[in-house]
Amino acid sequence: MFKAVTNNIVFFINGFTLTLELAILGIIGGIILGALLGLGRISKNKFVYYFVSVYINILRSIPLILVIFWFYFFMPIISGRSFTPFFSATISFIIFESAYFAEIFRSGYQSISKDLVSAALSTGMKHTQIARYILIPIAFKRMLPSLVTQAIITFQDTSLAFVIGLREFVRSASIVDNIEVRSIQIYGFVAIVFFIFCFSGSKIATYFETANKKTGLS
Amino acid sequence: MTFAYHYNWSVLWSQPYITWWMHGIRLTLEIGFFAWIIALSGIFIGTLRSSSSGWLHFLPTAYTEIFRNVPFLVQLFMWYFAFPMIFPDTIRIYINHIIGFNYYIAIIALGLYTASRIAEHMRAGLASIETMEYEAALSTGMTRYQMYRHVIIPHALIIIIPTLTTEFLTIFKNSSVAMTIGVAETTFTSYRIASTTFHGLEATTGAMTIYLLLSLTIVKISGIIESKVRIPGMAGR
Repeated sequence: MFKAVTNNIVFFINGFTLTLELAILGIIGGIILGALLGLGRISKNKFVYYFVSVYINILRSIPLILVIFWFYFFMPIISGRSFTPFFSATISFIIFESAYFAEIFRSGYQSISKDLVSAALSTGMKHTQIARYILIPIAFKRMLPSLVTQAIITFQDTSLAFVIGLREFVRSASIVDNIEVRSIQIYGFVAIVFFIFCFSGSKIATYFETANKKTGLS
Repeated sequence: MTFAYHYNWSVLWSQPYITWWMHGIRLTLEIGFFAWIIALSGIFIGTLRSSSSGWLHFLPTAYTEIFRNVPFLVQLFMWYFAFPMIFPDTIRIYINHIIGFNYYIAIIALGLYTASRIAEHMRAGLASIETMEYEAALSTGMTRYQMYRHVIIPHALIIIIPTLTTEFLTIFKNSSVAMTIGVAETTFTSYRIASTTFHGLEATTGAMTIYLLLSLTIVKISGIIESKVRIPGMAGR
């Protein structure tokens, strides 16, 4: 039934590997940058707060495709040399997804009550110890479901690297489809693969969520 | 190797580009609005999923999970390339001759995709309503249908208005994916100008400004709507 797929399976696997690479880089980079931006959102420094807020709100109101294009055109101009589509796509994903991760981190940081910190201080813990043993573990557990959900969204978003000709999973499929003209099989296969990964991911997110509810963390 | 870049911002307002932009903005707005009308069926799908069992629970659940867990770009390609193939040749030739086929497909695909997201928000909204409220409505002698129609759904809708606002913003952002099947909306316009004038930076910056203004407007309008429908005594966001 999936003859058009099995005949070109190596091509599909290469495309999917590229999609995974993009997703992993985007997720890791997005989380690191997002954690820092999230700190900026709760910063008492007015300048940092406004700068970060404007950055996040602008990115959240424009489509990802446009961000991908923008970096694709912008980076050669500021640096004076050309970049591979993969590099410029990775940068776009990190920048774009970081705005969404930042909001998750912000609400994670804000979910920790002052009382908890006071209680920890009263037991004689140092600030670093509080951060290490209380704040980070609790905030992390609370954020985990949303982080997993956003990671799935990032994984789905990588398909948009299609527009700058990057040969990821969907682009590979469309190249094969142009030759084989078996759209139902080919795009059906792509949809099934994405579904399996994303559905399992959403089940993991739900699992963390119910685990948090049981321990009273959410 | 370095090269000098000469900015030319006139690609944003000179002819023929301004006509392209206007056309692009119109298509973005049209696709967003029409898809939104389809997407509102998500309210019904989410309610059905939460309120029933058996097939009536399974079908909306399957719908929501499938449409939420496949990237929108893949869904769009399924509708545009794969969907016409299920028809016999005679009908397919007819379909291929529909003028603006990609435009209609973009609206339908975006509408169905967003419906699944709204259904999920609706489910969360319904889940946040306490059991007591259901019991109170039933105890007044309402039927289950009346309870949902007059008490539960209106309440859940008010709860999810902030997420619906976000979703309404997202639908215009997601309409940009329609450029991949050749719909000449705003993002497509910026790309088209980029490839004809080689002033991609100016063109994409212009498109960004358009999306920014659009979302600022929507946020403003939805703020007004939220203050109008807020139940007195209940906490806002």
